Amino acid sequence: MEHIIDIVLMAFMAVAAIVMIRLRSLFAVVMLSGIFSLLSASLFVVLDAVDVAFTEAAVGAGISTVLMLSTLALTFRDERPPRRRDPVPLVVVLVTGAALVYGTLDMPHFGDPDAPIHHHVAPRYIVDSPVEVGPPNMVTSVLASYRGYDTLGETTVIFTAGIGVMVLLAGSWRRRRRPASGRTPGGTETRS
Amino acid sequence: MLETVLGLYNYWIVILLMMAGFYTVIARGNLAKKIIGLNIFQTSVFLLYISMGYVEGGTAPIVDPDGADLYTNPLPSVLILTAIVVGVATTALGLALVVRIRESYGTLEEDEILEIEDRRDGEA
Repeated sequence: MEHIIDIVLMAFMAVAAIVMIRLRSLFAVVMLSGIFSLLSASLFVVLDAVDVAFTEAAVGAGISTVLMLSTLALTFRDERPPRRRDPVPLVVVLVTGAALVYGTLDMPHFGDPDAPIHHHVAPRYIVDSPVEVGPPNMVTSVLASYRGYDTLGETTVIFTAGIGVMVLLAGSWRRRRRPASGRTPGGTETRS
Repeated sequence: MLETVLGLYNYWIVILLMMAGFYTVIARGNLAKKIIGLNIFQTSVFLLYISMGYVEGGTAPIVDPDGADLYTNPLPSVLILTAIVVGVATTALGLALVVRIRESYGTLEEDEILEIEDRRDGEA
């Protein structure tokens, strides 16, 4: 049963991604990317990664969508049709994809308990972490204790990105407040 | 044959999503669309990791008092939790850059921005 749900959700995601490439209305693309994130969150539940699922649902489907919508409000709603079609990107993508598919051929199959990934540090986390760290949720133990420095690095990245966003946008707010700057401030321009 | 296809199906869809994101980044001129493509690419990497961590017949990695002994691998979940949050931080930074570029150039299309740049270089 899990396999059927997995196959169906994966197929939905593939369709959503291809529609997102083809659509030119950025508003519709952002809505679809919210759906895409929600589908991936459901898939994470099916694949037993519940912590990842609720982070993806809150952060990926929630915050990302809000960020993108506010960007669209400050910029344009539509994408301009291309002036000419260039075949090079498609060829590059197809060749890279074919090479990657070739690389999967000797990978351990999906859900195989004997795959090498399950025989390195994972058994130690599963057996010892409830005793060594305490929380019954092993993901919490690994995140906060065994790989605590990763989490520290993560907060550093978020802090830096936050400062970057503030620096980039603070200048534009200041400029917008100054009235006689020559150029008209960006209104709700749309192009078709 | 069918077993191979079912066993590798997840990875193939992951590659399809990855290439969809990659194509959007390299083929589309609109900067906002490029960031959305980058997001698709990111999600495909998350799915790759979580698919590899899945164990057939296992349960979520939370200690079961009734004594389940087969758990899904907790390590990919931890790595991807970090990656999701970092991904949103970089998306926010990218979108802030998009807003700033729109303000300076009045457009988000890559070729139009390059034309404006060329013109400015010519005047200087």
